[in-house]
Amino acid sequence: MPGKLKVKIVAGRHLPVMDRASDLTDAFVEVKFGNTTFKTDVYLKSLNPQWNSEWFKFEVDDEDLQDEPLQITVLDHDTYSANDAIGKVYIDIDPLLYSEAATVISGWFPIYDTIHGIRGEINVVVKVDLFNDLNRFRQSSCGVKFFCTTSIPKCYRAVIIHGFVEELVVNEDPEYQWIDRIRTPRASNEARQRLISLMSGELQRKIGLKVLEMRGNAVVGYLQCFDLEGESGLVVRAIGTACTLDKLSSPAAFLPACNSPSKEMKESPLAHPPSHGCRSTHNSPIHTATGSRLTQNFSVSVPTLIYTGMGSGSAGKEGGPFKALLRQQTQSALEQREFPFFTLTAFPPGFLVHVGGVVSARSVKLLDRIHNPAFVGIMGNTRSYKLLDWNSFNSDEPETRDAWWAEIRQEIKSHAKALGCHAVVGYSESTSICEEVCILSASGTAAVLNPRFLQDGTVEGCLEQRIEENLPAGCGFCHIPYDELNMPFPAHLTYCYNCRKQKVPDVLFTTIDLPTDATVVGKGCLIQARLCRLKKKAQAEANATAISNLLPFMEYEVHTQLMNKLKLKGMNALFGLRIQITVGENMLMGLASATAVYLAALPMPGGIQIAGKTPSDGSYEQHISHMQKKISDTIAKNKELYEINPPEISEEIIGSPIPEPKQRSRLLRSQSESSDEVTELDLSHGKKDAFVLEIDDTDAMEDVHSLLTDVPPPSGFYSCNTEIMPGINNWTSEIQMFTSVRVIRLSSLNLTNQALNKNFNDLCENLLKSLYFKLRSMIPCCLCHVNFTVSLPEDELIQVTVTAVAITFDKNQALQTTKTHIEKSLQRASTDNEELLQFPLELCSDSLPSHPFPPAKEHLESARSNSGIPAAQRAVTVEKASPMGEGNFRNRSAPPCANSTVGVVKMTPLSFIPGAKITKYLGIINMFFIRETTSLREEGGVSGFLHAFIAEVFAMVRAHVAALGGNAVVSYIMKQCVFMENPNKNQAQCLINVSGDAVIFVRESELEVISTQQPTANCQQSCAGGEVTT
Amino acid sequence: MTSELDIFVGNTTLIDEEVYRLWLDGYSVSDAVALRVRAGILEQTGATAAVLQSDTMDHYRTFHMLERLLHAPPKLLHQLVFQIPPSRQALLIERYYAFDEAFVREVLGKKLSKGTKKDLDDISAKTGITLKSCRRQFDNFKRVFKVVEEMRGSLADNIQQHFLFSDRLARDYAAIVFFANNRFETAKKKLQYLSFGDFAFCAELMIQNWTLGAVGEAPSKPDSQVDDMDMDLDKEFLQDLKELKVLVADKDLLDLHKSLVCTALRGKLGVFSEMEANFKNLSRGLVNVAAKLTHNKDVRDLFVDLVEKFVEPCRSDHWPLGDVRLFLNQYSVTVHSLDGFRHQALWDRYMDTLRGCLLRLYHD
Repeated sequence: MPGKLKVKIVAGRHLPVMDRASDLTDAFVEVKFGNTTFKTDVYLKSLNPQWNSEWFKFEVDDEDLQDEPLQITVLDHDTYSANDAIGKVYIDIDPLLYSEAATVISGWFPIYDTIHGIRGEINVVVKVDLFNDLNRFRQSSCGVKFFCTTSIPKCYRAVIIHGFVEELVVNEDPEYQWIDRIRTPRASNEARQRLISLMSGELQRKIGLKVLEMRGNAVVGYLQCFDLEGESGLVVRAIGTACTLDKLSSPAAFLPACNSPSKEMKESPLAHPPSHGCRSTHNSPIHTATGSRLTQNFSVSVPTLIYTGMGSGSAGKEGGPFKALLRQQTQSALEQREFPFFTLTAFPPGFLVHVGGVVSARSVKLLDRIHNPAFVGIMGNTRSYKLLDWNSFNSDEPETRDAWWAEIRQEIKSHAKALGCHAVVGYSESTSICEEVCILSASGTAAVLNPRFLQDGTVEGCLEQRIEENLPAGCGFCHIPYDELNMPFPAHLTYCYNCRKQKVPDVLFTTIDLPTDATVVGKGCLIQARLCRLKKKAQAEANATAISNLLPFMEYEVHTQLMNKLKLKGMNALFGLRIQITVGENMLMGLASATAVYLAALPMPGGIQIAGKTPSDGSYEQHISHMQKKISDTIAKNKELYEINPPEISEEIIGSPIPEPKQRSRLLRSQSESSDEVTELDLSHGKKDAFVLEIDDTDAMEDVHSLLTDVPPPSGFYSCNTEIMPGINNWTSEIQMFTSVRVIRLSSLNLTNQALNKNFNDLCENLLKSLYFKLRSMIPCCLCHVNFTVSLPEDELIQVTVTAVAITFDKNQALQTTKTHIEKSLQRASTDNEELLQFPLELCSDSLPSHPFPPAKEHLESARSNSGIPAAQRAVTVEKASPMGEGNFRNRSAPPCANSTVGVVKMTPLSFIPGAKITKYLGIINMFFIRETTSLREEGGVSGFLHAFIAEVFAMVRAHVAALGGNAVVSYIMKQCVFMENPNKNQAQCLINVSGDAVIFVRESELEVISTQQPTANCQQSCAGGEVTT
Repeated sequence: MTSELDIFVGNTTLIDEEVYRLWLDGYSVSDAVALRVRAGILEQTGATAAVLQSDTMDHYRTFHMLERLLHAPPKLLHQLVFQIPPSRQALLIERYYAFDEAFVREVLGKKLSKGTKKDLDDISAKTGITLKSCRRQFDNFKRVFKVVEEMRGSLADNIQQHFLFSDRLARDYAAIVFFANNRFETAKKKLQYLSFGDFAFCAELMIQNWTLGAVGEAPSKPDSQVDDMDMDLDKEFLQDLKELKVLVADKDLLDLHKSLVCTALRGKLGVFSEMEANFKNLSRGLVNVAAKLTHNKDVRDLFVDLVEKFVEPCRSDHWPLGDVRLFLNQYSVTVHSLDGFRHQALWDRYMDTLRGCLLRLYHD
């Protein structure tokens, strides 16, 4: 019995009127954990009840503590009929289970009902006493920290990065159980919310176990997703990167350790690797799935396509033997791992050595029914049975899902190998499901890593030093990892424009963030490729086959668009590339987003040339030359807009580029015979290889048009989908995170690919324009981490969901800094290297966290009498004293603020908060909500319904963070927003899944004040009223 | 291609002041879009009409959701759904409860009942304010009235506390509530020249001096009768005012009063002769107003009477404001020298307020 959970219900406010006669409510609360339920007294006739209950105590396994959510139900007492539920609050107590996170959850939570939305608030205090349990065979993994952040969290240092962890859990979807026919929508929704909450808890616990096995103490870049497979069930799966993290200790250490804000910001998206080109494969041409399942398990794989940029020669002279050595070392470190994957997108300095390019794999699967043994049922609100542990059971269902993913990962791994890389970074997985067809996708960036972080300090220093020496600052990651003579794809190589020693490709595609030490010219920008393909409606295998036949073409075209748009911007590298393929009943959609930049190390991109096939016609030629001029003008304009003026390097210095194979890149439509015209038309980019666009067929014509119709953001606006915008570094503190959703209905008549493309393109462009307009008061500002998600909820509906954050910056400073930016980054890079050398290697050996359990929690209890401690102060005290002493600090220094204005909680998809320092991570936030209505019109139609729901989701996230004592959520992501409507029945339903890391941050400006005179109580927390004593 | 759904939700709720104003003014989305276009926003920002439409819809939806909270402003502060900086919250509240001068003049002193609400169409047509906006303003008055109606203590303070208004707005609402409660007539043609500000000024003086609350926190009778301290005029005081009648009824007293005033003002007043000629009429007017206040009907006509009996006669003789002030000061002070008059305190309570009101009402 290793844990005691204690819950106190303090008060409620703003409750709805439940008794029409008196216009009041007789409310009481049920507190439930596992199978135990407590009730408060009924507080008669009040909309603001003060229960001030005793402490309800639950004695539970720590396994349950991890899996189960605390469930609080507010009800209206009714003497003559059944009590009416007002709403519920689910509290994930996981953050209380590890020592460094929150110690108490206390605050106002919105009371949520899946039919009515938020109905008032309830003030709750939750604590956990954990007893240390030395049982080696325990099933729990308390103490493992989880982070959504895809870089090493601030205020931690990575001692070892162990690598990939994954797990999935399967269950029947309550919505599709027979019982759903007889229960109310509310009961069904609640069963679903609860089930998913349980499954996530279980999943997290299992992943935690794997981490402990690897001797790690944390999961970074934790990404959990749901696959709503409908009839065939519900899959919850997660991936992450196991690490051993070391807390940067005292608060004093923060200042030096993390440096000034601006610098720190840069540190976060740390060293990233470079990659070039992109190599993608899907599984597709039909191999009917092997295996016993025959038709049920139908799987198609697509032949591997390799595209991309160019790549090339093996490294320069000195590279040879050293590289081999390095490779060997890394290989041995990585070979023990089944999948040398990392979900991180930003890395500690020196971690990333080279980047090979994007690797991706897709596979089309047919879903089959998951046979659920009856006892897995989760009935109503009571959980009478443990979830089935699929792995230990002999049902092969999850095996199937596991096998599917394993297959894809294997493929990714082999692609990486083909690129001369042993590892994949910036790795992610996704699915798109329509009826019984499911496309599984995985992508990442092939890379060569520094082995130092990967194993237990066995790497000796000398090699390391050599690595440092050999890695020129700011360009090392661009150097090709593969063999020049044995290139995996056709590519143009040149000597690096930065160090001139090693070869680089001419274009680099990656899924990671821009490494901080990368030297960039000018600013970056968001680039999107958008594509639709009609597909015949079909069933089962025929459908899957049709889809897999389309996939390679889609990938190819997406890639072509990206390449063209990149050239049009006059840039040469893509970061944060994310290609999403969505499947619908009668179409496939592809949306790729990335941040384009000009890397100083790569050659200047060539222009785009247009060629016609029939040079005879005069007017036609005129037309072509007109187009050509337009394109060239656009390129010139873009260069100006994004301040791309790389230092001119004379040919001599570069030396004659590698004997160039005289063929032009054949990425686009094959080069035409009319090369004469081409040269003639080449207005300004003669020196470089230009892309050649043949506009003979209408398709291409359309491509050219769409190239030119992308409107740049209005002046003062920048956008990117990476953490920060290359070329801007003086962020000011104003941030605005938002979610925008649009659904359009296509007119079903005469849909053609072209019309579809245009609609889709307009949809995305208009959405962006709206964002720019709405946020115009923040200018100058940058939309960061712009994340588009496309779904096809019905035949003729396209839904696009965007989440991003707008951050203001100081324009004047920007101008100054960009000038010196290059020099600075060089300097910085060199200092980084120095720091690296001091990296204490000894730390690597004690990888097991010494105290998986917070030993001092009981102490805290006995010290009690802590309540409304403002977050900021709490942070300080916690840092200051060992957990033992903590209690002493927590006197009631802050009287509960009477007029508790709600504390501000910031939300951002980024891993940092501009102008502020994150002092503490309080735990992961992972929430799943369902909202349903049967009075859609009354709630303002679909827009009104969804607007209110998203606002409520934000509110619930903020409330949970505030209750943990935090004031921000970083790495926030809306992973799912499934919206279904039935206007005829006046109904709609929406499911939303969000996650992020709850943190405490302190403004740079306040930081000094606080560190000198600590208990400066600025009352941030909406205080938990009353004393919190046992 | 039609947009089925189009929303934008910020972690911090975006409030566009311009759109908020249009919404409060009761314009439909399409009217608001047209007005924004006319204001030149497209040229300034390079946006398209579709973008503007979507933006306006979004803001309207947000305001619609906020409206429920605005009905009880403390809720806006404590709610968790919309994260709005305090300064913006204050702005939302202040603007929501702001009212149009033209509208308030139409409604001031009327019973805030369903009947009045039905007349809003006419008011809308007359003032050019949209019906929607009229309804909002009317409902605001009524809501505030309902909430503070039964409360003890200072009217303005109660309003401020329950609606979180600025000082200025709270005082305006106190006046509106006070007028509505006492049903003062303000719509007569004679009174058309008066602004809301004039009435609000008078209301404040009357609340300060003529209500139960004015006598001091503890009228020493803890019975429930005393509940609406600031809302209702002090009945006892009104009864007592009858005693003042002696000032005009007693001929000697009246003559003495007149001669004392004339002596004091001789040479100081530009309109001395007119004053001298009119003194008895004016004095009769002022005292009779006081004496009549026992009847509700006459209380309602207070302002009509004041204008008829005092403002108009003086105005027709072209008294300058300075002379009016001198006269009124002297007129009320001199009463203290009338030995036969015993109700000095009563006189001061009545006359101090009345003098303030008259001076405010005396303009063109």
